[in-house]
Amino acid sequence: MSDPVLSVKGLSVYYETSTGDVKAVDDLSFDLLPGETLGFVGESGCGKSTAAMGILQLVAEPGRVVAGQVLLNGTDLLNVSEETLRLERWSSLALIPQGAMNSLNPTMKIGAQIQDAILTHEDKAVRGQLPARLADLFERVGLPGRVVDLYPHELSGGMKQRVCIAMAIALNPAVIIADEATSALDVVVQRVVAQTLAKVRDELGVSMIMIGHDMGLMAQMCDRVAVMYAGQIVEISTVEALYSNPAHPYTQVLIESVPSLTERQTLRVHEGITHDPRDPPQGCIFQLRCPKVTPACSVKRPERIALSDQQEVACVLYQTEEGA
Amino acid sequence: MNPLIEFIATAKSYGDMQALAPLDLSISAEQAEIVTIAGESGSGKSTLANLALGFTRPTSGQVLFQGQDIHALSRSERKGLQRNMQAVFQDPFGVYNPFYRIQHVFDTVIRNFALTSNASEAADRIEDALNRVGLRGADILRKYPHQLSGGQRQRIMMARAYLLKPRLIIADEPVSMVDASLRASILDVMMSLRDEDGISFLYITHDLATAYQVGDRILLLYQGGVAESGRATEVITRPKHPYVQLLIDSVPKADPTQRWRGEVSLPAEESLRSADVHGCRFAPRCPYVTRTCVDVSPATIQVAPGHQVNCHRYSDAGERD
Repeated sequence: MSDPVLSVKGLSVYYETSTGDVKAVDDLSFDLLPGETLGFVGESGCGKSTAAMGILQLVAEPGRVVAGQVLLNGTDLLNVSEETLRLERWSSLALIPQGAMNSLNPTMKIGAQIQDAILTHEDKAVRGQLPARLADLFERVGLPGRVVDLYPHELSGGMKQRVCIAMAIALNPAVIIADEATSALDVVVQRVVAQTLAKVRDELGVSMIMIGHDMGLMAQMCDRVAVMYAGQIVEISTVEALYSNPAHPYTQVLIESVPSLTERQTLRVHEGITHDPRDPPQGCIFQLRCPKVTPACSVKRPERIALSDQQEVACVLYQTEEGA
Repeated sequence: MNPLIEFIATAKSYGDMQALAPLDLSISAEQAEIVTIAGESGSGKSTLANLALGFTRPTSGQVLFQGQDIHALSRSERKGLQRNMQAVFQDPFGVYNPFYRIQHVFDTVIRNFALTSNASEAADRIEDALNRVGLRGADILRKYPHQLSGGQRQRIMMARAYLLKPRLIIADEPVSMVDASLRASILDVMMSLRDEDGISFLYITHDLATAYQVGDRILLLYQGGVAESGRATEVITRPKHPYVQLLIDSVPKADPTQRWRGEVSLPAEESLRSADVHGCRFAPRCPYVTRTCVDVSPATIQVAPGHQVNCHRYSDAGERD
């Protein structure tokens, strides 16, 4: 197996509140391999966007990175200067933020915004090549050339989203983090944008972290998926293993919750409300909602163990005697 | 047979833009059913909900509720209408006043509609309504909205509507902002209110999978016009309209072995919506487009029992309505 492009070890991001810290991301570890797409899936508030911000070192107050390493091609981003970091972001680690289409500057033409990003990160000498580069970018994401001279409000949601993809790949990054890049789009437009993203990814051989909540979209786009619950990865598996044989009870709940379009099922109602995030339970983080909870669940946080080379899970059901 | 609610050639335009083309739809008063109105953004589904609720007036045509034109009601008649027709909206976070306990939601309804002046009877009614959605007063009423999950909040909205024992609930995207694992609990409540209490639903959604799971009938809108309608299971498993076929094919399946095949292209924006459309609205995007499609608006054609499609491709196959 080749060396990972990005390796995150023990990353923890806490938000400070007047009544104690909220562990939004708690001891997160994973590797991202070259050319791989890794999905992060979970429900609202599970920490998947905060994890992205932690990787990019963009956590805003009152949040802070408490511990961990973010190794990008071997360099720990937590130990470099702000200036180095600023240059690494976008050129090696690009973000398509949540609600990206509202992140465009409404007073600047599309072409000028992309040029701005390129000129900030590259030698001014590239200026002469910019028109050709923009044309190439637009072609890759399937936008007509005239979009260069348009303002964001003149574009539909799907087109704005493709502009954001063009901006993300403008500097040829090693890793793209796409945070809910196709949410809030109509289903056909979502498919077009997702397929554009996949095409660009494959052509450039870039690795991708795809954050989302839609199990269907994850199955379409990813090689591996990390399932997050309350700040922790409870399972990380290849899509083949995850969808055919989900190991963690929470993964099972998520997959069962996807309504089918081909057969009518009795709806399975999953009850429960998450713990107060300032006061997580002792032991497994999912125990209050888990349909398979046992007394052992409240003893000690289960370690993530490998069930095969495709599947890792953190659940007492799979802990071996010596590991427990 | 008197329908519960009936749209008679109801249309709505905003200036030059036709948000909803003349539409006929009725829900029977005898048999409770969940009628799904599905479509993408801009398809006119929320316009339809707003017309049914009397929030907006039709440009032409009528909306009748139990035989009365809802846009020609006096103030007191409107109150009677509200007792029989309730709504549950999309955002379970925005509808609550964060400073009041859940109890307040129910007290307001009891006071506004003068349901009872007896405190213990009021408490019984509230408990009954909460039980109908699988909640208990002792657990819920003293809580504040932020202490509840999105699923619980939406069920409380269902309980609030149920308190009035309405005949119809207009549910506008009730599960789209709720986490997937909690959605089933809301859809389950809708089905049980239909089956046990005879409450019909106009279920507005962009999500075909939930429409398929709970809907009895479905109406699929495209740019303000009906593309296809009929029994939900029939329409979704055997879609006939090229747009509906594309829509269903584009829903991402939670199965890595069944990935999307083929690329879809979107046409330039300007060809999509123009003020005067003579023919089929889907013609600029349709892979089977013919001259007729551009010139003539398609009629409604019955392709199977309880399955209608508005598409020229079927004009020879089926019989006209």
